[in-house]
Amino acid sequence: MSWKKILIPATAIPIVALLAYGLTRDPNLIESPLPGHAAFEFVAPTLDGDTLSLADLRGKVVVVNFWASWCIACIDEHAHFVEAERRYADADFQMLGVVYQDTPENARRWMQRMGGSWPNVMDPGSRIAIDYGVYGVPETYFIDKDGRIAYKQIGPVSRMLLRQRVDSLLALSVGHARTSGSQPR
Amino acid sequence: MTASPRVIATLVTLTLLPGGWPAAFAEAAPQGQQTVTRPELADAELEARVREIASTLRCPTCRALSVQDSPSGMAEEMRGLIREQLRAGRTPDEVKAYFVERYGEWILLKPKAEGFNWTVWLLPVFVLAGGLIFVVLTARRWVQQGQARAAALTERGQEEDI
Repeated sequence: MSWKKILIPATAIPIVALLAYGLTRDPNLIESPLPGHAAFEFVAPTLDGDTLSLADLRGKVVVVNFWASWCIACIDEHAHFVEAERRYADADFQMLGVVYQDTPENARRWMQRMGGSWPNVMDPGSRIAIDYGVYGVPETYFIDKDGRIAYKQIGPVSRMLLRQRVDSLLALSVGHARTSGSQPR
Repeated sequence: MTASPRVIATLVTLTLLPGGWPAAFAEAAPQGQQTVTRPELADAELEARVREIASTLRCPTCRALSVQDSPSGMAEEMRGLIREQLRAGRTPDEVKAYFVERYGEWILLKPKAEGFNWTVWLLPVFVLAGGLIFVVLTARRWVQQGQARAAALTERGQEEDI
């Protein structure tokens, strides 16, 4: 019968096409709705016993890194942050750590061992992490001088990526989004 | 689809919880303790709503589980946040929108019925309809073939009788 000849490819082709589309994509690449979004404000206790407010860092390029002392992938990228802190010491740049599901003691010990003098805040109840749509550590957010989330990096950052992102954001002046009317969406 | 047992579970939970056992508790409670059980009643209702919302959200750390089913720390914090937001007077839709704004639509276990997502909703209907048509057509053909064979046999039998 002729309808059979049409029916089999008519069913098989869309299914194969759908599978080909779905299975060739990386399931770990999830498009974040956050780039272009205003950074979510938070006020949180630092490991040093102070209080830090993200709003106070407006006008600087802020790299917010979510990490934990139990996170293996965080070890490699940490050296890049230490280097960035040194490299951009005189620039409008601020490195900021958010400790994800960890104790302050472990986090303090890690910072002493691994180096770096930037502030790290605790995140009780993971409220900051949920606010930033964190899937797991490490995750890094690049916030521009206007306080907008410009990029989100899932997984460890490379030295190259960190430098490129920070350089490009430092090159932009405050208020660029408003004056040019474009948002890096 | 993998979601169907969960959907059924959610439906069962929804049917049973809001009216079901909190009411039974209230009836069972001695009269003197009514003032004590009241806040618990509200809590039970709140917990049911938390469960309802949490079972529609995907756990970001385990991905294959809902926020309700996941034992991970992150899911627990998310349930806490849902509870907090409901207490603050937000509607379930507002709570879900909060998570969608941060995680994207990925966080919803049931995709919204719009655009390309329609495929997920309509494909099963089409496949089911196609299957039904196939079964009906095949069955009809079998019946026709059977009748034809029976008729042929009867004819042959009659010929042999002669």
